[in-house]
Amino acid sequence: MADFVTSLPSLEAIDATPAQKPRRLMTEILYDWVTTVDHKKIGLMYIGSALLFLVAGGIEALIMRIQLAVPHNTFVSPEVFNRMFTMHGTTMVFFMGMPILFGFGNYLIPLMIGARDMAFPRLNAFSFWVSLLGGLLLYYSFIGGSGLYGAGTAPDVGWFAYAPLTAKAFSPGHSTDYWTISILLSGIGSIGTALNIVATIISMRCPGMKLSRMPLLPWLYLVLSNMVFITVSPLTAAQIMLMFDRYLGSHFFDTQAGGSAVLWIHFFWIFGHPEVYILVMPAFAFMNEIIPVFSRKAIFGYPAMVAASVGIGFVSMSVWAHHMFTVGMGAGANVFFVLSSMVVAIPTGIKIFNWLATIWGGKVRFATPMMFSVGFLFQFLIAGLTGVMLAAAPFDWQLHNSYFVVAHFHYVLVGGILFAFFAAFYYWYPKVTGRMMNERLGKWHFWLMVIGFHMTFDFMHIPGILGMPRRVYTYEPRPGWEALNLIVSIGALFQAIAILLFVINLIRSNYKGDIAGNDPWDAWTLEWSVTSPPPVYNFATTPVVYSRRPLWDIKHPEDPDWNYE
Amino acid sequence: MAYPAFAAAADSSSVQPGTGPHSTSYLSQGSTSIFSPAATPSHWIFSLSMFVLAITLAIFLIVAGLLTYALIRYRHHNLETYNEPAQIYGSNQIELAWTVIPALIVVMLFLTSSRVILATQDTTKPADAVDVVVIGHQFWWEYRYPKLGIVTANELHIPISDPAHPTPTYLEMSSADVVHSFWVPRLAGKMDVIPNRVNTMWIDPPTPGLYLGQCNQFCGVQHAKMLLRVYADTPEAFAAWVAEQKKPAVENPKDPSVAEGREVFLHSACVNCHTVSGTMANGRFGPDLTHVASRDTIASGAVNNNADNMKKWIDDPSSFKPGALMPPMHLNEHDLNAVTAYMMSLH
Repeated sequence: MADFVTSLPSLEAIDATPAQKPRRLMTEILYDWVTTVDHKKIGLMYIGSALLFLVAGGIEALIMRIQLAVPHNTFVSPEVFNRMFTMHGTTMVFFMGMPILFGFGNYLIPLMIGARDMAFPRLNAFSFWVSLLGGLLLYYSFIGGSGLYGAGTAPDVGWFAYAPLTAKAFSPGHSTDYWTISILLSGIGSIGTALNIVATIISMRCPGMKLSRMPLLPWLYLVLSNMVFITVSPLTAAQIMLMFDRYLGSHFFDTQAGGSAVLWIHFFWIFGHPEVYILVMPAFAFMNEIIPVFSRKAIFGYPAMVAASVGIGFVSMSVWAHHMFTVGMGAGANVFFVLSSMVVAIPTGIKIFNWLATIWGGKVRFATPMMFSVGFLFQFLIAGLTGVMLAAAPFDWQLHNSYFVVAHFHYVLVGGILFAFFAAFYYWYPKVTGRMMNERLGKWHFWLMVIGFHMTFDFMHIPGILGMPRRVYTYEPRPGWEALNLIVSIGALFQAIAILLFVINLIRSNYKGDIAGNDPWDAWTLEWSVTSPPPVYNFATTPVVYSRRPLWDIKHPEDPDWNYE
Repeated sequence: MAYPAFAAAADSSSVQPGTGPHSTSYLSQGSTSIFSPAATPSHWIFSLSMFVLAITLAIFLIVAGLLTYALIRYRHHNLETYNEPAQIYGSNQIELAWTVIPALIVVMLFLTSSRVILATQDTTKPADAVDVVVIGHQFWWEYRYPKLGIVTANELHIPISDPAHPTPTYLEMSSADVVHSFWVPRLAGKMDVIPNRVNTMWIDPPTPGLYLGQCNQFCGVQHAKMLLRVYADTPEAFAAWVAEQKKPAVENPKDPSVAEGREVFLHSACVNCHTVSGTMANGRFGPDLTHVASRDTIASGAVNNNADNMKKWIDDPSSFKPGALMPPMHLNEHDLNAVTAYMMSLH
């Protein structure tokens, strides 16, 4: 380890950018972004496009909540409502969730493993643009498609588009085709970027960074990218089969000609359930970075965390049919999928316990990233427990496709994943822009989000228990339904205001935020060793690491981590 | 098995006619809560639910309690003067503990769930069981009683099942078009109604009453108004209903407007989709109308069955259900009144 001290300066990048940049034409800047193959710029474009789709999907959600605020409402027609929930789901999963997770991965992974870029920069740019094209096509359907008879434009078959509703007979026009093609394109982009992430992590780690010394964020991205290969492929296959059914006269899902509706359901959920874990892995990844830094302790049980992540990756491949407890599988299949689904709770529990143990005995700083992380911990705990309820098949026979399920998965997606992404925004924003996000606005954002989230999604469980199915454009005022739906809708408004504050904070801080410096959070991973924003080439000389927390070693030469790992 | 008494509460709702198209006193009366079970399958699920809820609540209280304690106990405000806390990297014993304990809980929950799955799915059908074929359509329900020779729509009548001499109703379900789902929460969990496939479920409410539900799988524009109404009748009432339904359509030549309406009906497009037994109308695409006036609701439970609503429905179904597959009939006012009168005579 003698050469360790001499390797210190190598962690400091040499920033050769002139202090005063020459003013450039708008078209030059645009050309720069469109043609870039820099992982940081591509990452930011992924995140930027995801935020635009978040706003689009959010507006669709608000339209639904206004419609459902009171029974027999006529704010929108059933046709428009059906388009809204289809577009909301498709947008949020494929064009908000996937791009934002790839955006963060793109930006952070090379910086965290001491690499200058991703393994395949051109593939990286291709994957981003092809995904974006998918999203744009999906929204073009508002102009270019016509849906279920009498139903006008945009796709309106639900985001899992159960056959045979998608057959030509029941869904004439082109809206379903726009849906299919946009998901095909998104899938190509996802596979490209996943491939890139795996290749980068396998082959581009800096000297000294064995897999066992790699930060947990790249670990989780390694697992989720492998899951993308396995799960996106059947979805893509199913979409191609659907196109064959619609245009080439095949009968895979055409029940009138002996096809199978259940086949589609299997295909979709073989993708659909692991997809949820793909989306939640980055949330785990952010927690693994943020909770230790704000508790001032190393992550508790690093090997167990890695094992739990890989374990979730494997087990999640065998749980899809818990979305199918009501399609009439035999008792044997139902029993199997109860067990496999419940088993996921074990590695997930290990994660929560390890985060708890990381906080335990630490010195917790409640800056905005940590507050969102705390929100994540409590909300993800509840989401996991309602998940266990749904895994008990008979309970699911009642709750399936009810508002309880909608509340459950929004607890995961919003209470868990979105909160974790907010934490990540506040945490890495200083690195990306060189300026801190405003703490005061951040706390307003947090508290309004917490209030809105709990008003909406806590109360949303109950209409499900009271028998209210999802995807209804209106409802009878059955006992309890009215008041609960109104509260749920008001909560959505709070969330909308919170996200507006967040967007204002994002834009404003870029110009007015406090100067961050290289390492505002006193953190330990390699991305904090370079300037903020990082130079184009990331590291002037390749860093060398000797433990999981290279910056801890530099800051505490008397007690470096390698003594304990 | 003991049944809670609240099933009787839904009883009264089946006999009060409402007024407006969305009369709340009538269409939405009665709970659809999964926590008010009124038959054996729903009751088993209810017991399991309470058990699972208790376990998960306990886990929540313990973990959330520890988390809250840690966050309060170890919070730190003074950023100027802190030293880094002791670094702890992990403990295999602790990891083992919080792997094994949850695993044991999982095994317990798995076994209790499996018991209910096997009890519900692997039953033998009693000889006295009533068979009903359920066919889902966009956006209404067809019910056929093969042993009794009855075809009806949207309002399912079944006999109550005395626990001492069970006469459960077995529903054999399939779909004429897309995937639907049959969910009457107080009677049983839901079962998907899938084209080119037959699924079976059973229900056995011991108490007479009206049990509400609705389609639970998105099936197109009017998924929301594909409502379910299950009438559990006493054996006598059920026998009377069966006898009534078996008769051919009521003929009432004394009332001239009914006779005229019958002529208009039989000579317009109505007969392409609807059946009125004993006449030349034998279409199968829409609901059987032989005894349509005997039903409490029309449009699959969306509105009350009275002359006003019937007239509006025939004139333009989209007034209640935009997207319903029945086209507006474009009859003149005179013919419209006549057909309405004919419909209302079909008891």
